[in-house]
Amino acid sequence: MSVATTMDWRLGLILAMWLGAWLLNSGLALQQQRFVRYAVPAVFGVTLLVLWEMVVTLYGVSPVILPAPTAIGVRIAAELPTLWLDFVQTFLKGALTGYVIGCAAAVLVAIAIDRSAFLQAGLLPVGNFVAALPIVGIAPIMVMWFGFDWHSKAAVVVIMVFFPVLVNTVAGLAASERMQRDLMATWGASYWQGLWKLRLPAAMPFIFNGLKIASTLALIGAIVAEFFGSPTRGMGFRITAEIGRLGLDMIWAEIAVAALAGSAFYGAIALIERGVTFWHPSQRK
Amino acid sequence: MSRAWPILSVVAAIVAIWYAAAIWMNATWTYDQAARAGVQVSLGEVVADTLHQERPVLPAPHQVIRELVKSTLGISVTSKRSLVYHAWVTISATLLGFVIGTLAGILLAVGIVHNRAMDMSVMPWAIASQTIPILAIAPMIIVVLNSMGVTGLVPKAVISAYLSFFPVVVGMVKGLRSPEAAQLDLLRTYSAGGNQVFWGLRLPSSVPYLFTSLKVGVAASLVGTIVGELPTGAVAGLGARLLSGSYYGQTVQIWAALFVAAIVAASLVALIGVAERATLRRMGIRP
Repeated sequence: MSVATTMDWRLGLILAMWLGAWLLNSGLALQQQRFVRYAVPAVFGVTLLVLWEMVVTLYGVSPVILPAPTAIGVRIAAELPTLWLDFVQTFLKGALTGYVIGCAAAVLVAIAIDRSAFLQAGLLPVGNFVAALPIVGIAPIMVMWFGFDWHSKAAVVVIMVFFPVLVNTVAGLAASERMQRDLMATWGASYWQGLWKLRLPAAMPFIFNGLKIASTLALIGAIVAEFFGSPTRGMGFRITAEIGRLGLDMIWAEIAVAALAGSAFYGAIALIERGVTFWHPSQRK
Repeated sequence: MSRAWPILSVVAAIVAIWYAAAIWMNATWTYDQAARAGVQVSLGEVVADTLHQERPVLPAPHQVIRELVKSTLGISVTSKRSLVYHAWVTISATLLGFVIGTLAGILLAVGIVHNRAMDMSVMPWAIASQTIPILAIAPMIIVVLNSMGVTGLVPKAVISAYLSFFPVVVGMVKGLRSPEAAQLDLLRTYSAGGNQVFWGLRLPSSVPYLFTSLKVGVAASLVGTIVGELPTGAVAGLGARLLSGSYYGQTVQIWAALFVAAIVAASLVALIGVAERATLRRMGIRP
Protein backbone atom coordinates (compact mmCIF):
# COMPACT_ATOMS: atom_id res chain seq x y z
CA MET A 1 0.00 0.00 0.00
CA SER A 2 2.74 2.44 0.97
CA VAL A 3 4.67 1.63 -2.23
CA ALA A 4 1.64 2.57 -4.29
CA THR A 5 1.18 5.90 -2.49
CA THR A 6 4.85 6.92 -2.91
CA MET A 7 4.60 6.04 -6.60
CA ASP A 8 1.56 8.30 -6.87
CA TRP A 9 3.33 11.09 -5.04
CA ARG A 10 6.33 11.11 -7.40
CA LEU A 11 4.23 10.71 -10.49
CA GLY A 12 1.92 13.47 -9.29
CA LEU A 13 4.85 15.84 -8.80
CA ILE A 14 6.16 15.14 -12.32
CA LEU A 15 2.72 15.50 -13.87
CA ALA A 16 2.11 18.73 -11.92
CA MET A 17 5.39 20.14 -13.24
CA TRP A 18 4.40 19.16 -16.77
CA LEU A 19 0.93 20.63 -16.45
CA GLY A 20 2.27 23.88 -14.98
CA ALA A 21 4.75 24.34 -17.82
CA TRP A 22 2.03 23.47 -20.32
CA LEU A 23 -0.36 26.07 -18.92
CA LEU A 24 2.45 28.66 -18.93
CA ASN A 25 3.22 27.93 -22.58
CA SER A 26 -0.46 27.90 -23.57
CA GLY A 27 -0.81 31.34 -21.98
CA LEU A 28 2.40 32.61 -23.55
CA ALA A 29 1.40 31.35 -27.00
CA LEU A 30 -1.68 33.60 -26.94
CA GLN A 31 0.47 36.72 -26.57
CA GLN A 32 1.45 38.66 -29.66
CA GLN A 33 4.82 40.06 -28.51
CA ARG A 34 8.01 39.14 -30.32
CA PHE A 35 9.82 37.63 -27.33
CA VAL A 36 7.18 34.88 -27.19
CA ARG A 37 8.69 33.27 -30.26
CA TYR A 38 11.84 32.58 -28.25
CA ALA A 39 10.29 32.20 -24.80
CA VAL A 40 7.93 29.33 -25.65
CA PRO A 41 10.52 26.93 -27.10
CA ALA A 42 12.93 27.93 -24.30
CA VAL A 43 10.31 27.08 -21.64
CA PHE A 44 9.65 23.78 -23.40
CA GLY A 45 13.34 22.88 -23.52
CA VAL A 46 13.95 23.81 -19.88
CA THR A 47 10.83 21.85 -18.83
CA LEU A 48 12.13 18.74 -20.57
CA LEU A 49 15.46 19.07 -18.75
CA VAL A 50 13.75 19.59 -15.39
CA LEU A 51 11.43 16.61 -15.96
CA TRP A 52 14.43 14.49 -16.93
CA GLU A 53 16.21 15.55 -13.72
CA MET A 54 13.09 14.85 -11.64
CA VAL A 55 12.57 11.39 -13.11
CA VAL A 56 16.18 10.44 -12.50
CA THR A 57 16.37 11.71 -8.90
CA LEU A 58 12.83 10.79 -7.75
CA TYR A 59 12.97 7.25 -9.09
CA GLY A 60 16.70 6.79 -8.44
CA VAL A 61 17.47 5.78 -12.02
CA SER A 62 20.91 4.23 -12.26
CA PRO A 63 23.50 6.54 -13.93
CA VAL A 64 24.44 3.55 -16.09
CA ILE A 65 21.04 3.81 -17.78
CA LEU A 66 20.28 7.53 -17.77
CA PRO A 67 22.48 10.14 -16.07
CA ALA A 68 20.81 13.33 -14.81
CA PRO A 69 21.33 16.57 -16.77
CA THR A 70 23.18 18.09 -13.80
CA ALA A 71 25.56 15.11 -13.73
CA ILE A 72 26.20 15.61 -17.44
CA GLY A 73 26.81 19.32 -16.86
CA VAL A 74 29.31 18.56 -14.08
CA ARG A 75 31.05 16.10 -16.38
CA ILE A 76 31.26 18.66 -19.19
CA ALA A 77 32.80 21.22 -16.84
CA ALA A 78 35.31 18.67 -15.51
CA GLU A 79 36.34 17.24 -18.88
CA LEU A 80 36.65 20.41 -20.94
CA PRO A 81 40.26 19.67 -22.12
CA THR A 82 39.30 16.16 -23.30
CA LEU A 83 36.17 17.43 -25.03
CA TRP A 84 38.21 20.12 -26.77
CA LEU A 85 40.78 17.53 -27.90
CA ASP A 86 37.99 15.34 -29.34
CA PHE A 87 36.35 18.36 -30.96
CA VAL A 88 39.60 19.36 -32.70
CA GLN A 89 40.21 15.79 -33.89
CA THR A 90 36.71 15.06 -35.17
CA PHE A 91 35.28 18.40 -36.16
CA LEU A 92 38.16 20.67 -37.18
CA LYS A 93 40.42 18.00 -38.68
CA GLY A 94 38.01 15.32 -39.91
CA ALA A 95 34.68 16.94 -40.69
CA LEU A 96 35.75 20.46 -41.69
CA THR A 97 38.66 19.39 -43.94
CA GLY A 98 36.50 16.84 -45.70
CA TYR A 99 33.63 19.32 -45.97
CA VAL A 100 35.77 21.99 -47.64
CA ILE A 101 37.43 19.53 -50.05
CA GLY A 102 34.17 17.75 -50.90
CA CYS A 103 32.10 20.90 -51.45
CA ALA A 104 34.82 22.61 -53.49
CA ALA A 105 35.23 19.51 -55.66
CA ALA A 106 31.46 19.25 -56.17
CA VAL A 107 31.11 22.90 -57.26
CA LEU A 108 34.11 22.60 -59.60
CA VAL A 109 32.76 19.38 -61.16
CA ALA A 110 29.35 21.01 -61.59
CA ILE A 111 30.98 23.91 -63.47
CA ALA A 112 33.11 21.48 -65.48
CA ILE A 113 30.07 19.52 -66.72
CA ASP A 114 28.03 22.71 -67.16
CA ARG A 115 28.73 22.96 -70.89
CA SER A 116 27.95 19.31 -71.62
CA ALA A 117 24.25 18.48 -71.64
CA PHE A 118 25.24 14.85 -72.20
CA LEU A 119 27.33 14.62 -69.01
CA GLN A 120 24.61 16.39 -67.02
CA ALA A 121 21.94 14.02 -68.27
CA GLY A 122 24.18 11.15 -67.23
CA LEU A 123 25.61 12.42 -63.94
CA LEU A 124 22.47 13.91 -62.38
CA PRO A 125 20.43 10.67 -62.09
CA VAL A 126 23.54 8.85 -60.85
CA GLY A 127 24.17 11.63 -58.30
CA ASN A 128 20.57 11.59 -57.13
CA PHE A 129 20.74 7.81 -56.80
CA VAL A 130 24.00 7.87 -54.83
CA ALA A 131 22.72 10.64 -52.54
CA ALA A 132 20.02 8.24 -51.24
CA LEU A 133 22.49 5.43 -50.48
CA PRO A 134 23.93 4.65 -47.01
CA ILE A 135 27.34 6.08 -47.91
CA VAL A 136 28.57 5.96 -44.28
CA GLY A 137 29.12 2.27 -44.98
CA ILE A 138 32.20 3.25 -47.00
CA ALA A 139 33.91 4.15 -43.69
CA PRO A 140 35.65 0.79 -43.06
CA ILE A 141 37.16 0.91 -46.55
CA MET A 142 38.43 4.45 -46.07
CA VAL A 143 39.95 3.49 -42.73
CA MET A 144 41.85 0.70 -44.51
CA TRP A 145 43.05 3.03 -47.25
CA PHE A 146 43.95 6.16 -45.31
CA GLY A 147 44.77 4.81 -41.86
CA PHE A 148 43.24 5.43 -38.42
CA ASP A 149 43.91 9.17 -38.20
CA TRP A 150 41.69 11.99 -39.40
CA HIS A 151 42.57 11.54 -43.08
CA SER A 152 40.23 8.56 -43.44
CA LYS A 153 37.42 10.49 -41.70
CA ALA A 154 37.92 13.43 -44.05
CA ALA A 155 37.77 11.01 -47.01
CA VAL A 156 34.40 9.64 -45.83
CA VAL A 157 33.11 13.19 -45.43
CA VAL A 158 34.31 14.15 -48.93
CA ILE A 159 32.29 11.32 -50.48
CA MET A 160 29.23 12.00 -48.31
CA VAL A 161 28.98 15.72 -49.08
CA PHE A 162 29.98 15.52 -52.75
CA PHE A 163 26.73 14.34 -54.32
CA PRO A 164 24.18 16.56 -52.54
CA VAL A 165 26.28 19.64 -53.35
CA LEU A 166 26.85 18.51 -56.96
CA VAL A 167 23.15 17.92 -57.62
CA ASN A 168 22.16 21.25 -56.07
CA THR A 169 24.86 23.22 -57.91
CA VAL A 170 23.87 21.77 -61.29
CA ALA A 171 20.24 22.64 -60.56
CA GLY A 172 21.32 26.13 -59.50
CA LEU A 173 23.35 26.78 -62.64
CA ALA A 174 20.15 26.17 -64.62
CA ALA A 175 18.19 28.58 -62.42
CA SER A 176 18.84 31.88 -64.25
CA GLU A 177 16.09 32.90 -66.62
CA ARG A 178 16.21 32.81 -70.38
CA MET A 179 15.67 36.59 -70.58
CA GLN A 180 18.60 37.25 -68.24
CA ARG A 181 20.93 35.02 -70.26
CA ASP A 182 19.80 36.67 -73.48
CA LEU A 183 20.52 40.07 -71.98
CA MET A 184 24.06 38.97 -71.13
CA ALA A 185 24.45 37.76 -74.73
CA THR A 186 23.31 41.11 -76.15
CA TRP A 187 26.05 42.76 -74.06
CA GLY A 188 28.53 40.46 -75.75
CA ALA A 189 29.41 38.68 -72.50
CA SER A 190 31.67 35.65 -72.89
CA TYR A 191 30.75 32.27 -71.36
CA TRP A 192 32.91 32.94 -68.31
CA GLN A 193 31.56 36.46 -67.82
CA GLY A 194 28.02 35.12 -68.03
CA LEU A 195 28.90 32.38 -65.55
CA TRP A 196 30.65 34.70 -63.10
CA LYS A 197 28.28 37.67 -63.24
CA LEU A 198 24.90 36.02 -63.72
CA ARG A 199 24.66 32.26 -63.39
CA LEU A 200 26.84 31.63 -60.34
CA PRO A 201 25.15 34.36 -58.27
CA ALA A 202 21.76 33.05 -59.41
CA ALA A 203 22.85 29.56 -58.37
CA MET A 204 23.85 30.63 -54.84
CA PRO A 205 20.52 29.85 -53.10
CA PHE A 206 20.70 26.32 -54.51
CA ILE A 207 24.39 25.88 -53.68
CA PHE A 208 23.79 27.01 -50.10
CA ASN A 209 20.89 24.59 -49.81
CA GLY A 210 23.35 21.82 -50.72
CA LEU A 211 25.99 23.22 -48.35
CA LYS A 212 23.49 23.21 -45.46
CA ILE A 213 22.49 19.59 -46.10
CA ALA A 214 26.19 18.71 -46.35
CA SER A 215 27.05 20.43 -43.03
CA THR A 216 24.92 17.90 -41.12
CA LEU A 217 26.25 14.96 -43.15
CA ALA A 218 29.86 16.01 -42.52
CA LEU A 219 29.63 15.70 -38.74
CA ILE A 220 27.72 12.40 -38.96
CA GLY A 221 30.31 10.99 -41.37
CA ALA A 222 33.27 12.02 -39.21
CA ILE A 223 31.76 10.57 -36.01
CA VAL A 224 30.52 7.30 -37.50
CA ALA A 225 33.81 6.71 -39.35
CA GLU A 226 35.56 6.72 -35.97
CA PHE A 227 33.47 3.73 -34.91
CA PHE A 228 35.55 1.71 -37.38
CA GLY A 229 38.90 2.63 -35.90
CA SER A 230 40.61 5.82 -34.78
CA PRO A 231 43.51 7.11 -32.69
CA THR A 232 42.72 7.47 -28.96
CA ARG A 233 40.92 10.77 -29.38
CA GLY A 234 37.85 11.97 -31.25
CA MET A 235 34.14 12.12 -30.49
CA GLY A 236 33.30 8.77 -32.10
CA PHE A 237 36.22 7.09 -30.35
CA ARG A 238 35.22 8.54 -26.96
CA ILE A 239 31.63 7.38 -27.40
CA THR A 240 32.64 3.78 -28.17
CA ALA A 241 35.32 3.76 -25.46
CA GLU A 242 32.99 5.11 -22.75
CA ILE A 243 30.31 2.57 -23.70
CA GLY A 244 32.75 -0.15 -22.65
CA ARG A 245 33.27 1.59 -19.28
CA LEU A 246 29.55 2.49 -18.95
CA GLY A 247 30.50 6.15 -18.61
CA LEU A 248 27.18 7.38 -19.91
CA ASP A 249 27.58 10.91 -18.57
CA MET A 250 30.69 11.33 -20.75
CA ILE A 251 28.80 10.02 -23.81
CA TRP A 252 26.02 12.54 -23.17
CA ALA A 253 28.67 15.24 -22.79
CA GLU A 254 30.11 14.33 -26.20
CA ILE A 255 26.61 14.32 -27.68
CA ALA A 256 25.98 17.79 -26.23
CA VAL A 257 29.20 19.03 -27.82
CA ALA A 258 28.28 17.37 -31.14
CA ALA A 259 24.80 18.95 -31.05
CA LEU A 260 26.29 22.35 -30.29
CA ALA A 261 28.93 22.00 -33.01
CA GLY A 262 26.32 20.79 -35.53
CA SER A 263 23.92 23.68 -34.89
CA ALA A 264 26.75 26.24 -34.85
CA PHE A 265 28.11 24.89 -38.14
CA TYR A 266 24.66 25.03 -39.73
CA GLY A 267 24.09 28.50 -38.31
CA ALA A 268 27.43 29.75 -39.68
CA ILE A 269 26.55 28.50 -43.17
CA ALA A 270 23.11 30.14 -42.89
CA LEU A 271 24.77 33.43 -41.86
CA ILE A 272 27.14 33.35 -44.84
CA GLU A 273 24.14 32.54 -47.03
CA ARG A 274 22.32 35.62 -45.77
CA GLY A 275 25.32 37.77 -46.71
CA VAL A 276 25.79 36.22 -50.15
CA THR A 277 22.16 35.89 -51.26
CA PHE A 278 20.84 39.09 -49.66
CA TRP A 279 18.89 39.78 -52.87
CA HIS A 280 16.83 36.58 -52.71
CA PRO A 281 13.13 36.87 -51.68
CA SER A 282 13.57 34.29 -48.90
CA GLN A 283 16.09 36.58 -47.14
CA ARG A 284 13.90 39.69 -47.11
CA LYS A 285 12.61 40.83 -43.77
CA MET B 1 16.19 5.12 -74.84
CA SER B 2 17.69 8.55 -75.50
CA ARG B 3 17.47 9.27 -71.77
CA ALA B 4 19.17 6.03 -70.78
CA TRP B 5 22.15 6.55 -73.09
CA PRO B 6 23.96 9.28 -71.07
CA ILE B 7 23.33 7.43 -67.80
CA LEU B 8 24.68 4.17 -69.24
CA SER B 9 27.84 5.86 -70.50
CA VAL B 10 28.46 7.53 -67.13
CA VAL B 11 28.00 4.18 -65.37
CA ALA B 12 30.34 2.55 -67.91
CA ALA B 13 32.91 5.28 -67.27
CA ILE B 14 32.65 4.69 -63.50
CA VAL B 15 33.22 0.94 -63.98
CA ALA B 16 36.22 1.65 -66.25
CA ILE B 17 37.73 4.05 -63.68
CA TRP B 18 37.09 1.45 -60.98
CA TYR B 19 39.03 -1.23 -62.92
CA ALA B 20 41.90 1.19 -63.55
CA ALA B 21 41.99 2.14 -59.86
CA ALA B 22 41.87 -1.53 -58.84
CA ILE B 23 44.88 -2.35 -61.03
CA TRP B 24 46.78 0.71 -59.81
CA MET B 25 46.03 0.24 -56.09
CA ASN B 26 46.60 -3.53 -55.99
CA ALA B 27 49.78 -3.45 -58.07
CA THR B 28 51.96 -2.57 -55.05
CA TRP B 29 51.15 -5.88 -53.40
CA THR B 30 51.80 -7.80 -56.62
CA TYR B 31 55.22 -6.16 -57.06
CA ASP B 32 56.05 -6.81 -53.40
CA GLN B 33 55.21 -10.50 -53.76
CA ALA B 34 57.22 -10.74 -56.97
CA ALA B 35 60.23 -8.99 -55.44
CA ARG B 36 60.07 -11.31 -52.42
CA ALA B 37 59.96 -14.34 -54.70
CA GLY B 38 62.75 -12.84 -56.79
CA VAL B 39 60.91 -13.00 -60.11
CA GLN B 40 60.22 -10.40 -62.73
CA VAL B 41 56.58 -9.85 -63.67
CA SER B 42 55.37 -8.51 -66.98
CA LEU B 43 52.68 -5.85 -67.17
CA GLY B 44 50.12 -8.41 -68.37
CA GLU B 45 50.77 -10.64 -65.37
CA VAL B 46 50.44 -7.67 -62.99
CA VAL B 47 47.06 -6.74 -64.45
CA ALA B 48 45.84 -10.33 -64.30
CA ASP B 49 47.02 -10.70 -60.69
CA THR B 50 45.58 -7.39 -59.42
CA LEU B 51 42.09 -8.39 -60.54
CA HIS B 52 42.10 -11.75 -58.72
CA GLN B 53 43.72 -11.13 -55.34
CA GLU B 54 42.36 -12.73 -52.20
CA ARG B 55 42.38 -9.53 -50.11
CA PRO B 56 42.78 -6.66 -52.58
CA VAL B 57 43.02 -3.04 -51.50
CA LEU B 58 40.23 -2.34 -53.96
CA PRO B 59 38.38 -5.40 -55.28
CA ALA B 60 37.48 -5.30 -58.96
CA PRO B 61 33.74 -5.07 -59.74
CA HIS B 62 33.54 -8.67 -61.00
CA GLN B 63 35.01 -9.95 -57.71
CA VAL B 64 32.35 -8.06 -55.76
CA ILE B 65 29.59 -9.36 -58.04
CA ARG B 66 30.89 -12.90 -57.71
CA GLU B 67 30.96 -12.63 -53.90
CA LEU B 68 27.50 -11.08 -54.03
CA VAL B 69 26.07 -13.93 -56.11
CA LYS B 70 27.89 -16.54 -54.03
CA SER B 71 26.61 -15.19 -50.71
CA THR B 72 23.04 -14.60 -51.87
CA LEU B 73 22.22 -17.40 -54.31
CA GLY B 74 24.99 -19.87 -53.42
CA ILE B 75 24.09 -20.34 -49.75
CA SER B 76 20.78 -21.22 -48.11
CA VAL B 77 19.09 -18.03 -46.91
CA THR B 78 18.95 -19.25 -43.31
CA SER B 79 22.74 -19.60 -43.11
CA LYS B 80 24.65 -16.99 -41.12
CA ARG B 81 26.95 -16.52 -44.10
CA SER B 82 24.12 -15.60 -46.43
CA LEU B 83 23.79 -11.91 -47.23
CA VAL B 84 20.05 -12.41 -47.71
CA TYR B 85 19.83 -13.39 -44.05
CA HIS B 86 21.82 -10.34 -42.93
CA ALA B 87 19.89 -8.05 -45.26
CA TRP B 88 16.62 -9.35 -43.82
CA VAL B 89 17.81 -8.69 -40.27
CA THR B 90 18.55 -5.10 -41.26
CA ILE B 91 15.40 -4.60 -43.33
CA SER B 92 13.05 -5.92 -40.64
CA ALA B 93 14.48 -3.57 -38.01
CA THR B 94 14.44 -0.68 -40.49
CA LEU B 95 10.81 -1.24 -41.46
CA LEU B 96 9.58 -1.74 -37.89
CA GLY B 97 11.27 1.49 -36.81
CA PHE B 98 10.21 3.33 -39.94
CA VAL B 99 6.53 2.49 -39.41
CA ILE B 100 6.64 3.52 -35.74
CA GLY B 101 8.57 6.71 -36.50
CA THR B 102 6.22 7.66 -39.33
CA LEU B 103 3.04 7.10 -37.30
CA ALA B 104 4.44 9.05 -34.35
CA GLY B 105 5.60 11.81 -36.68
CA ILE B 106 2.16 12.13 -38.31
CA LEU B 107 0.46 12.24 -34.91
CA LEU B 108 2.79 14.94 -33.62
CA ALA B 109 2.33 16.94 -36.84
CA VAL B 110 -1.46 16.80 -36.42
CA GLY B 111 -1.05 18.05 -32.85
CA ILE B 112 1.29 20.83 -33.96
CA VAL B 113 -1.09 22.06 -36.64
CA HIS B 114 -4.05 22.15 -34.27
CA ASN B 115 -2.41 23.55 -31.16
CA ARG B 116 -0.55 26.85 -31.22
CA ALA B 117 1.32 26.24 -27.97
CA MET B 118 2.52 22.86 -29.19
CA ASP B 119 3.57 24.38 -32.49
CA MET B 120 5.64 27.09 -30.84
CA SER B 121 7.15 24.71 -28.26
CA VAL B 122 8.06 21.75 -30.44
CA MET B 123 8.65 23.06 -33.96
CA PRO B 124 11.89 25.02 -33.33
CA TRP B 125 13.36 21.94 -31.63
CA ALA B 126 12.21 19.61 -34.41
CA ILE B 127 13.90 21.83 -36.98
CA ALA B 128 17.05 22.30 -34.89
CA SER B 129 17.29 18.56 -34.33
CA GLN B 130 17.87 18.10 -38.05
CA THR B 131 21.20 19.90 -37.77
CA ILE B 132 22.36 17.60 -34.96
CA PRO B 133 24.29 14.37 -35.63
CA ILE B 134 21.63 12.24 -33.92
CA LEU B 135 23.30 9.12 -35.29
CA ALA B 136 26.05 9.55 -32.68
CA ILE B 137 23.74 8.33 -29.91
CA ALA B 138 22.90 5.09 -31.74
CA PRO B 139 25.56 2.97 -30.00
CA MET B 140 24.50 4.29 -26.61
CA ILE B 141 20.82 3.47 -27.17
CA ILE B 142 21.76 -0.06 -28.19
CA VAL B 143 23.94 -0.66 -25.14
CA VAL B 144 21.54 0.94 -22.64
CA LEU B 145 18.57 -1.02 -23.96
CA ASN B 146 20.68 -4.18 -23.92
CA SER B 147 21.57 -3.62 -20.27
CA MET B 148 17.86 -3.19 -19.53
CA GLY B 149 17.21 -6.56 -21.10
CA VAL B 150 15.83 -5.33 -24.40
CA THR B 151 17.74 -7.07 -27.19
CA GLY B 152 17.37 -8.12 -30.79
CA LEU B 153 15.18 -6.17 -33.18
CA VAL B 154 13.77 -3.51 -30.85
CA PRO B 155 16.86 -1.39 -30.00
CA LYS B 156 17.73 -1.00 -33.68
CA ALA B 157 14.11 -0.20 -34.48
CA VAL B 158 14.16 2.53 -31.82
CA ILE B 159 17.07 4.25 -33.60
CA SER B 160 15.45 3.74 -36.97
CA ALA B 161 12.17 5.21 -35.67
CA TYR B 162 13.99 8.16 -34.16
CA LEU B 163 15.75 9.01 -37.42
CA SER B 164 12.62 8.80 -39.59
CA PHE B 165 10.53 10.70 -37.02
CA PHE B 166 11.81 14.26 -37.55
CA PRO B 167 11.74 14.40 -41.37
CA VAL B 168 8.12 13.17 -41.23
CA VAL B 169 7.13 15.75 -38.60
CA VAL B 170 8.62 18.65 -40.57
CA GLY B 171 7.25 17.50 -43.93
CA MET B 172 3.83 16.65 -42.56
CA VAL B 173 3.43 20.03 -40.79
CA LYS B 174 4.30 21.73 -44.07
CA GLY B 175 1.78 19.52 -45.88
CA LEU B 176 -1.07 20.02 -43.41
CA ARG B 177 -0.54 23.78 -43.72
CA SER B 178 -0.40 23.72 -47.52
CA PRO B 179 -4.13 24.37 -48.24
CA GLU B 180 -4.61 27.94 -49.41
CA ALA B 181 -6.68 30.52 -47.57
CA ALA B 182 -9.24 30.48 -50.38
CA GLN B 183 -9.76 26.72 -49.97
CA LEU B 184 -10.14 27.04 -46.20
CA ASP B 185 -12.57 29.93 -46.72
CA LEU B 186 -14.61 27.86 -49.16
CA LEU B 187 -14.96 25.09 -46.58
CA ARG B 188 -16.03 27.70 -44.05
CA THR B 189 -18.78 28.90 -46.41
CA TYR B 190 -19.94 25.26 -46.45
CA SER B 191 -19.91 25.56 -42.64
CA ALA B 192 -17.57 22.59 -42.38
CA GLY B 193 -16.44 21.60 -38.86
CA GLY B 194 -12.85 21.16 -37.77
CA ASN B 195 -13.02 17.41 -38.34
CA GLN B 196 -14.37 17.85 -41.84
CA VAL B 197 -11.70 20.40 -42.74
CA PHE B 198 -9.05 17.97 -41.50
CA TRP B 199 -10.27 14.83 -43.27
CA GLY B 200 -11.58 16.57 -46.37
CA LEU B 201 -8.89 19.16 -47.08
CA ARG B 202 -5.81 19.19 -44.85
CA LEU B 203 -5.03 15.47 -44.85
CA PRO B 204 -5.47 14.95 -48.63
CA SER B 205 -3.33 17.99 -49.46
CA SER B 206 -0.56 16.77 -47.15
CA VAL B 207 -0.15 13.45 -49.00
CA PRO B 208 2.44 14.64 -51.58
CA TYR B 209 4.53 16.20 -48.78
CA LEU B 210 4.21 13.02 -46.74
CA PHE B 211 5.64 10.87 -49.53
CA THR B 212 8.58 13.23 -50.06
CA SER B 213 9.51 12.98 -46.39
CA LEU B 214 8.88 9.22 -46.33
CA LYS B 215 11.63 8.82 -48.94
CA VAL B 216 14.05 10.87 -46.84
CA GLY B 217 12.91 9.05 -43.70
CA VAL B 218 13.35 5.51 -44.99
CA ALA B 219 16.88 6.27 -46.20
CA ALA B 220 17.72 7.74 -42.78
CA SER B 221 16.12 4.73 -41.07
CA LEU B 222 18.32 2.32 -42.99
CA VAL B 223 21.50 4.24 -42.13
CA GLY B 224 20.37 4.30 -38.48
CA THR B 225 19.83 0.55 -38.40
CA ILE B 226 23.18 -0.18 -40.03
CA VAL B 227 25.01 2.04 -37.54
CA GLY B 228 22.95 0.49 -34.74
CA GLU B 229 24.37 -2.91 -35.68
CA LEU B 230 27.95 -1.81 -35.11
CA PRO B 231 28.29 -1.84 -31.29
CA THR B 232 26.60 -5.20 -30.65
CA GLY B 233 29.81 -6.96 -31.59
CA ALA B 234 29.09 -7.91 -35.18
CA VAL B 235 26.33 -10.47 -34.63
CA ALA B 236 23.90 -10.07 -37.50
CA GLY B 237 22.86 -7.53 -40.10
CA LEU B 238 24.58 -5.55 -42.83
CA GLY B 239 26.33 -3.26 -40.32
CA ALA B 240 27.75 -6.33 -38.59
CA ARG B 241 29.00 -7.63 -41.95
CA LEU B 242 30.77 -4.30 -42.55
CA LEU B 243 32.37 -4.40 -39.10
CA SER B 244 33.52 -8.03 -39.25
CA GLY B 245 34.84 -7.41 -42.75
CA SER B 246 36.89 -4.50 -41.46
CA TYR B 247 38.17 -6.56 -38.48
CA TYR B 248 39.48 -9.35 -40.69
CA GLY B 249 40.52 -7.27 -43.71
CA GLN B 250 37.95 -9.00 -45.93
CA THR B 251 37.57 -6.18 -48.44
CA VAL B 252 35.48 -8.20 -50.87
CA GLN B 253 33.02 -8.98 -48.07
CA ILE B 254 32.77 -5.27 -47.15
CA TRP B 255 32.07 -4.26 -50.73
CA ALA B 256 29.48 -7.02 -51.14
CA ALA B 257 27.71 -5.83 -47.96
CA LEU B 258 27.88 -2.25 -49.24
CA PHE B 259 26.31 -3.29 -52.54
CA VAL B 260 23.49 -5.06 -50.72
CA ALA B 261 22.95 -2.00 -48.52
CA ALA B 262 22.80 0.16 -51.66
CA ILE B 263 20.34 -2.23 -53.32
CA VAL B 264 18.16 -2.30 -50.19
CA ALA B 265 18.18 1.51 -49.93
CA ALA B 266 17.35 1.95 -53.60
CA SER B 267 14.55 -0.65 -53.42
CA LEU B 268 12.98 0.91 -50.33
CA VAL B 269 13.01 4.38 -51.89
CA ALA B 270 11.74 3.00 -55.20
CA LEU B 271 8.94 1.11 -53.40
CA ILE B 272 7.77 4.34 -51.77
CA GLY B 273 8.03 6.02 -55.16
CA VAL B 274 5.71 3.40 -56.67
CA ALA B 275 3.25 3.78 -53.80
CA GLU B 276 3.46 7.56 -54.23
CA ARG B 277 2.67 7.45 -57.95
CA ALA B 278 -0.22 5.01 -57.45
CA THR B 279 -1.70 7.03 -54.57
CA LEU B 280 -1.38 10.41 -56.25
CA ARG B 281 -2.90 9.07 -59.48
CA ARG B 282 -5.75 7.50 -57.51
CA MET B 283 -6.37 10.80 -55.73
CA GLY B 284 -6.24 12.68 -59.02
CA ILE B 285 -3.39 14.93 -57.84
CA ARG B 286 -1.07 13.80 -60.62
CA PRO B 287 -2.11 12.26 -63.95
